[in-house]
Amino acid sequence: MALEYPSDLKYLDTHEYARLDGEIATIGITAFAIDQLGDIVFLELPEMGDAIEQGEKFGTIESVKAVEDLNAPVSGTVIEINGALLEAPEQVGDDPYGEGWLLKVRIDEDINLDDTLSSDEYRAQVEGE
Amino acid sequence: MTDPRHTTALSRTPLYSLAIALNARMTEFSGWEMPVHYSGITHEHHAVRSTAGMFDISHMGKFRLVGKTVLEQLQTLVPSDLSRLQPGEAQYTVLLNDQAGIIDDLIFYYQGTDSDGSQRWMAIANAATIEKDKAWMLSHLDLTEMTFEDYSADQALIAVPGPGAVAKLQTLVKEDLSGIKAFGHLEGTVLGQPGFLARTGYTGEDGFEVMVSPEVGIELWKALLALGVVPCGLGCRDTLRLEAAMALYGQDINDTTTPLEAGLGWLVHLDSKGDFIGRSILASQKQNGVQRRLVGLQMQGRNIARHDYPVIANGTVAGVVTSGTQSPTMGQPIALAYVPTEFSKLGQPLEVEIRGKLHPAIVVKRPFYRRPQTSSF
Repeated sequence: MALEYPSDLKYLDTHEYARLDGEIATIGITAFAIDQLGDIVFLELPEMGDAIEQGEKFGTIESVKAVEDLNAPVSGTVIEINGALLEAPEQVGDDPYGEGWLLKVRIDEDINLDDTLSSDEYRAQVEGE
Repeated sequence: MTDPRHTTALSRTPLYSLAIALNARMTEFSGWEMPVHYSGITHEHHAVRSTAGMFDISHMGKFRLVGKTVLEQLQTLVPSDLSRLQPGEAQYTVLLNDQAGIIDDLIFYYQGTDSDGSQRWMAIANAATIEKDKAWMLSHLDLTEMTFEDYSADQALIAVPGPGAVAKLQTLVKEDLSGIKAFGHLEGTVLGQPGFLARTGYTGEDGFEVMVSPEVGIELWKALLALGVVPCGLGCRDTLRLEAAMALYGQDINDTTTPLEAGLGWLVHLDSKGDFIGRSILASQKQNGVQRRLVGLQMQGRNIARHDYPVIANGTVAGVVTSGTQSPTMGQPIALAYVPTEFSKLGQPLEVEIRGKLHPAIVVKRPFYRRPQTSSF
């Protein structure tokens, strides 16, 4: 089954995405990352009001076998956390671009997306791995 | 990514192409290209606990020892009293160095003694330690009166564990398996061909490990698949064995840990046998107590303790996690860790350092999981 990479998202080469909607960004991880990791068993996310920094670690995701950092595709302030996933992290993989979102952040004013990848660029990268 | 290990060709078992055909996710495991999972680690784990699963473990070490002095000689290499074994019985044990450190853990199978007094033994050992075990045994065994054969590459080995495993396997085997006790074994007939069947495993469930020729191994895998046995990879093998608190060599036990420290005192038979390598150290540890013990830990939150994470007691680093995972059966993080004996009592509160923060854990009874004792077969 081919993995999907929606064209309206911005991607990091570390497999996180951001969906921009005005000053709000919804952050999650890609279907490729889920496929690589396998069953997700643990998530560690920042608290409401925390600041996250583009390219820096904001949390941790663990599968049965692996522990990976979550890196921020944009800088901003956390305004919402997908709390249901903290109790049921296995569900992140069911719908990574929808119900499986991780955070919503209010984007910093001086947003710079130069380091993010388009859907096509991200696809080219992961399919070359 | 450039991983130097991938520049040398990995070994493949006779069942490799069957794993690829089932879209298994493959991984490197001590020089072998092995399936890590098929349908998913959690799904495979639950299949073994609830019905039946199968693992390709053909990469494991297989040794044959034949001669009049095999027992006498093996007795000097292991802390277990192998003279207790009757034909058709087996013993899980360890090879020890002179500091009583564990060279490997393995199972010795006593098959019987021929009319000329020649004993037939087998051993199954870890894949990663085949050469090490062989070197150790060949340097200590007197081969003038016995033969030692490494036939690891000649045979396929399939583990079939689970509460429904024996009933399914029985339909493919001529001999009656119901009378075989745990750690019992026989040379039987699998799909009409010769095979070796042992009621042993590494998951905490009932089941058999079946050794057959590579050709029969392929047919056996296909036949089990047709019976609904779930193909399983090394990923769930690790979560299953950890729930059963079975040691993983190189992680929970190694050349510097003794069986008494590792909670394997039940295989040390100091009273009923003579000298063996490492005996004096074990006798002293038994008399004076060990300094550290391998304990079971249950995390008190959702954070997962993993291999090499520090264990904290009274605010200072006291030990180390050797294995840790999210237990699929219990839905909680579990771990094995070495801690000083004074902190090893059941119920002892400890902390595990995870990414710079301390998370509470308590010492719990091993194994974490014990199968219901209602044999369905």
